[in-house]
Amino acid sequence: MMRRFALVPVYTALVIFALITLIPFVWMLTSALKNQNDYFASFFLPRGDGWLGVAWDRLTLHNFRRLFTEFPIGRAMLNSWMLASVTSSLATLACAMGGYGLAKFSFRGRHQITSCVLGALIIPGPLLIAPGYKLLWQLGLLNSYAGLIIPSLAPAFGVFLFRQTMLNSVPAELLEAARIDGAGEFRIFFTIVVPLVRPMIGAFLLITFLGAWNNFIGPQIVLQSPEVFPLSVAINNLRGLYATEYGLIMSGTLVSIAPVMCLFLLLQREFISGLTSGAVKG
Amino acid sequence: MKSAPSHARWAPWVFIAPFILIFCVFTAWPLVQSLILAFQQTFGPKSAKFVGLANFTFLLKDPMFWHAVRNTAVYAAGALFVQLPVALGLALLLNRPGLRGRAIFRLIFFSPSLVGLVFVGLMFFLLFQKRTGLINAGLHALFSSWDPEFAWLDHYVMPSLIIASVWLYAGFNMIYFLAALQNVSRELLEAAQLDGAGPWARFRHVVIPEIRPVAGFVVLLSVIGSFQLFELPWVLLDSGSGPGNSGLTIVMYLFQTGFLTGDLGYASAIGWVLGLILAGAAFVQARLARRETP
Repeated sequence: MMRRFALVPVYTALVIFALITLIPFVWMLTSALKNQNDYFASFFLPRGDGWLGVAWDRLTLHNFRRLFTEFPIGRAMLNSWMLASVTSSLATLACAMGGYGLAKFSFRGRHQITSCVLGALIIPGPLLIAPGYKLLWQLGLLNSYAGLIIPSLAPAFGVFLFRQTMLNSVPAELLEAARIDGAGEFRIFFTIVVPLVRPMIGAFLLITFLGAWNNFIGPQIVLQSPEVFPLSVAINNLRGLYATEYGLIMSGTLVSIAPVMCLFLLLQREFISGLTSGAVKG
Repeated sequence: MKSAPSHARWAPWVFIAPFILIFCVFTAWPLVQSLILAFQQTFGPKSAKFVGLANFTFLLKDPMFWHAVRNTAVYAAGALFVQLPVALGLALLLNRPGLRGRAIFRLIFFSPSLVGLVFVGLMFFLLFQKRTGLINAGLHALFSSWDPEFAWLDHYVMPSLIIASVWLYAGFNMIYFLAALQNVSRELLEAAQLDGAGPWARFRHVVIPEIRPVAGFVVLLSVIGSFQLFELPWVLLDSGSGPGNSGLTIVMYLFQTGFLTGDLGYASAIGWVLGLILAGAAFVQARLARRETP
């Protein structure tokens, strides 16, 4: 009995913080569903004489309709899906392969390559912006998805994460046994190793998908034609042109974050355990 | 005696090849290039002139650069002294034994981390508006003396950024703190309690030493992340550095000189100075971590 009351201040604090966290989302949703007049007249739902004193009939999908008919947001959304799914699946494959190579084989040069991975971890991204731009220009990859995707296909952080995971969760005896049975190296990788590190694969897919979906500085620098822009750049440009059409900006932001939110809800258990496994067990 | 490897000699190389290839072309080579560029004055990617250390000597006397360093340092201080304490506080609250709904609270606090920096910037651009923004309206409703015309994005750019970053990152760092707290040994805490240690003494002498390695890691990540701040202020301030450059950060200055002015050489010099600052932070963290573990 005592114990239950002792937790009351804890719940109160948690609920207050949860409200602070959620209110911007609720505000965004209600703002996206209102017309310009109601945006100025009320902070959440428009006031009226409907159920609970809310003018439900004044809620409108007008902003979303404009977003997809007057602006190339549908195209930008397809671009984002394409960029994020290609980047995340290829990067996860490359990182899992790299981590496996470094963790489960002994060969000359292994230590040097592991040092490269660790070294690459501490190179700040912004340092590579200017020379990276020059390189993409020299390779003729500016304004192309290849220029955006290829450099991000083997992040050192991912190789390191998979190396750490493979060290612990892939038993060498299993690999030896498979080799004795005559299984090829790729077959071993795809049928034995990948299933063993499945949680990390799921977490890393999500991390890289989020990273590519939310990437702004990359497309901002590499891409030039508006029809290839992903949502991040397209919505920011929309704001640049229509800064006072608040409902429109809100609906654009909403359609940009809703897909990744749903994806996360589906995969969240794997994601959070993958996120902390490197840091805590490390 | 280790037996000879049973795998083919080529096998590891095939698996590592994608990493090596991309690392060489898109990390190692640009790194070398950026060192060369840092000693050149350039006009776009096409023309370059060797200028020795001129970029660096100019940088050290460039008041805009120091202004950017100061802003970035203020933001990093906000991350360390506002955002991380909030994250630790949330983790401590969630770690209370017997708490129900832990998973749902954890999910709620984590959810802002899914929102990309651009979208956070756009949301807070609207939240911070005078009169029509929810923040001024909410504060005015709670404290009637609050001015609904309070100009967050005109005069209080750094506090605005720190508020947005607390909303965005506190829940993310909370996950790390919570994982560390759950590893604190129950027996140790119970033993301390039997010895008559109160909640504060237990926190100070049992919990803090136990979570120190993870806390050090989180602090380092936050400092490194803070010093690379760019997208959030860039979007929050509508593709610019704010009134009087009040939101100019180091990476924003790098971006402006490299891509708006077109001097990739000067931008590279800024990048190297940033790299040195981050290496310094990592070095200090490593030294502190070594001193604390005997």
